[in-house]
Amino acid sequence: MFDGRDPLYVQIADQIRSDVLTGALRAEEQVMSTTQYATTFRINPATAAKAFTELVDEGVLYKRRGIGMFVAEGAREQLLAQRRASFFADVVEPMLEQARVLGIGVEEIVERLREKEGPR
Amino acid sequence: MSGFGVEVRDLTARYDTTVALDAVSFTIRPGVITGLLGRNGSGKTTALSVLAAFRRRTSGTVLVDGEDPWENERVLAGTCLVRESGDVAIDQSLTRTLDFLGDRRPTFSRELADSLMDRFELDPHTKPNKLSRGKRSAFGVVVGLASRTPLTLLDEVHLGMDAPSRYAFYDVLLADWLEHPRTIVLSSHLIGEVERLLEDVVVLDRGTVLTASDAETLRGGGVTVTGPADVVAEFVADRNVVARQQLGRTAQATLVGARADDVDRARQVGLELGPVALQDLFVHLTDRPAGAQSTEESR
Repeated sequence: MFDGRDPLYVQIADQIRSDVLTGALRAEEQVMSTTQYATTFRINPATAAKAFTELVDEGVLYKRRGIGMFVAEGAREQLLAQRRASFFADVVEPMLEQARVLGIGVEEIVERLREKEGPR
Repeated sequence: MSGFGVEVRDLTARYDTTVALDAVSFTIRPGVITGLLGRNGSGKTTALSVLAAFRRRTSGTVLVDGEDPWENERVLAGTCLVRESGDVAIDQSLTRTLDFLGDRRPTFSRELADSLMDRFELDPHTKPNKLSRGKRSAFGVVVGLASRTPLTLLDEVHLGMDAPSRYAFYDVLLADWLEHPRTIVLSSHLIGEVERLLEDVVVLDRGTVLTASDAETLRGGGVTVTGPADVVAEFVADRNVVARQQLGRTAQATLVGARADDVDRARQVGLELGPVALQDLFVHLTDRPAGAQSTEESR
């Protein structure tokens, strides 16, 4: 785990964000402590703490003094809104760029998407 | 106590005519795990030996917990240096050495020592000269960690151990450090395995400090730029390029000193940016062939 080449704290934060998005972590649920992260993944606790600081600043997590870190109410909705906003720029536009290089028309893509989506 | 801090200013150490350290300055933050990285012969062992007062400096200032460590009983009682040789009595059984350390060091934990002896499968009744290199290194780790000194200096101590023992060492190091925070300096030229454990990094090269910062900043300073060769060349013009590769029309350049607007600029011209692993960055920074060196120095 965490073998990507992004900074480690970014990967840890991304992992927690995606757990919140998929529902693996629910609102008001406690997340692993920096100590647990450090010993489980053999990383410096300061690195794990940096990820948590970022998530607290974003409002995804909040801290309960002396107890630990918890998923904030509304965190999933907030992340969904952000991901939706960046979906076209991050996913659709690069795909269209690739399709243009390969000579795949928009019609063909739409057709495939409808197929995959199945009948409603 | 969360550990001793270290201040080194203009430290020079000479052996006869060889300058092992040439006016180096760096800081080690108290309570932090710091990596002292450098190639063989870069001055790591000399620097640690001066901090632990194993050898005398030629000139400069060294402060450990605010005081000169030389002939300083209080500071030395709180400092433990273990070098790769193990730094233990060769003709004494391991258990006698642990008894001795238990008497001498107020912070020594016999309980931790015994559990580590089990973990590394060390027979307490053997003597160090009967041990394999790996087992001798493991005993060095036992001594270094069980001492629980406010300043613990481990000089390439884990390099002789096999992979399972090294991972066990990393696990115990973190777990015990979390329970008993202290300053730990880990010197190594094998960075890949330890980089995640480190909060700060000091890189020595040929007796000077190449760079000193927190590990994430150092890592974040390196970036690879990949794309069509001519576009890459234009992008990296006037930048500190430490490595270049080319495959057909695609080129990759490794830069040190990433800038805030790099991401936007790269996107505009269709280049891909990627991070650089600390180990790779270290190799690029310290691997200077004779030809490249002269051009770099003339800049």
